[in-house]
Amino acid sequence: MDTMRDRFAPVVSRLLDEDPRVAVVLAEIGMADFEAVRRRHPDRVINVGIREQLLIGAGAGLALTGLRPVVHTFASFLVERPFQQIKLDLGHQDAGAVLVSAAASFDWPAGGFTHMSPGDVALLDTLDGWTVHVPGHPDEAGTLLRHAVAAGDDKVYVRLSTQSNDRALPVDGARFHTVREGRAGVVVAVGPVLDPVLEAAEGLDVTVLYATTVRPFDTTALRRATAGAGTDVVLVEPYLAGTSVAAVNDALVDLPHRVLGLGVGRRELRRYGLVEEHVAAHGLDAKSLRARLDGFLGVRARV
Amino acid sequence: MTTTTTEHRYEALPGLMALMSGDEKHGPAATSTLDALWVLYDRVLRVGPDRTDDPGRDRFLLSKGHGPMAYYAVLAAKGFIPLDRLPGFGSYDSPLGHHPDRVLVPGAEIGSGSLGHGLPIAVGTALGLRAQGLHDPRVWVLVGDAELDEGSNHEAIAYAGPAGLDRLHTVVIDNSSASYARPGGIAARFEAAGWSAATVDGRDHEALYAAFTAPHPGRPRMVVAQVEPKDG
Repeated sequence: MDTMRDRFAPVVSRLLDEDPRVAVVLAEIGMADFEAVRRRHPDRVINVGIREQLLIGAGAGLALTGLRPVVHTFASFLVERPFQQIKLDLGHQDAGAVLVSAAASFDWPAGGFTHMSPGDVALLDTLDGWTVHVPGHPDEAGTLLRHAVAAGDDKVYVRLSTQSNDRALPVDGARFHTVREGRAGVVVAVGPVLDPVLEAAEGLDVTVLYATTVRPFDTTALRRATAGAGTDVVLVEPYLAGTSVAAVNDALVDLPHRVLGLGVGRRELRRYGLVEEHVAAHGLDAKSLRARLDGFLGVRARV
Repeated sequence: MTTTTTEHRYEALPGLMALMSGDEKHGPAATSTLDALWVLYDRVLRVGPDRTDDPGRDRFLLSKGHGPMAYYAVLAAKGFIPLDRLPGFGSYDSPLGHHPDRVLVPGAEIGSGSLGHGLPIAVGTALGLRAQGLHDPRVWVLVGDAELDEGSNHEAIAYAGPAGLDRLHTVVIDNSSASYARPGGIAARFEAAGWSAATVDGRDHEALYAAFTAPHPGRPRMVVAQVEPKDG
């Protein structure tokens, strides 16, 4: 199966053909995939070289002239390295862009921590007005990329990963999707963690919500779910553990509730190896997740 | 900020700055940008308060957002800002902060204050205009000599030359404020990256005008405007 990133260039190339507002800005990474469309639109497929501050600043300048920039590189270099450019060149200037990252939290474990970015969504959470899409399947990635580009002049982040669920679900770029319903707790699974979450929740009387757009957080869906399943909420996110705990607390501010935030740990593992080994090390495999669900929800959650 | 204003001459600028600071006399640091700004707005830039949203206007990006009184004075002299907004400079209800905000100031193309952001945004602006077939508007960005220490500027300088962004122009106000001056001078750095460059007296209006309007086919243009040393 191809990856989310394999869909990026074909989807955006088509958007470049269809919409004269769309421009792509790259910093070497991903260039080869855009060569064909670059010949058709040489002024709207821009490679600034290995210059990530310029990558964001140039994207902002394009937006100020009325274009819709799609800016892409690995998450470490897209969000973390030029973070002040994201804050000032886009946010403070009141300019929009679509930032599309690859490599996610640890898609290339053999590459080490320099290419890992578990904190990207938490960092964007310090800023106002960002929409954050975390697809869980290549088909969903294509849909959410199209939503992101079509979102006027909004500031949108699309987080592409090699991790994927087996099948795509309907995603609309806004709402959570109810996968199953129960009475003894709500589990919110974000993007590519859905399959292990469903495996872990077998035999548990819980509602599972699937979230591929996490900012803005779908408060309505969470409150609807807690009305039937109670206000014990478990968040399972493929990035820094606890990133959306504050969003859950805000959604349930008037209700007694408990929330458990699972995700990638803060501690640097200093390990290479395989994605699966890192998933397990952070407790995000089905077996580890089941133990955390049992511990938090207790025996009453068992069917 | 819809009050009708009339244009003022260069001689009015000290009085306009005094409306902000309450001080009739300004040190060189506060006015280091004044003459370059005046020549640009008076004779070079095709901009005006009646065309702040015109896609075909020239773009001027003040990257060096510190000490913006000269900028506000020039904008006021040219009718972008009504004079009665100047005395509130820096107050809660004023649109005029100690660093400019494009959302609040008519005619300000960017908000600035954190150094090293304007030139990369100007690169993107030049690219965006070219991509839309708008080959007439010129993009200007003003930076300080010490501001060039920021690595983000070097990313922009190194890219814009080889990319042939000939609608891009940078004016560097050189008041010798960088702790470590560039060997060979500021212009040499730009020239090495493929820019057309000139160094002139930043108080000489005719020299500035000639440098600002010199042809530079196929290359971006930079002008060093030398003024009195910051601490001199």
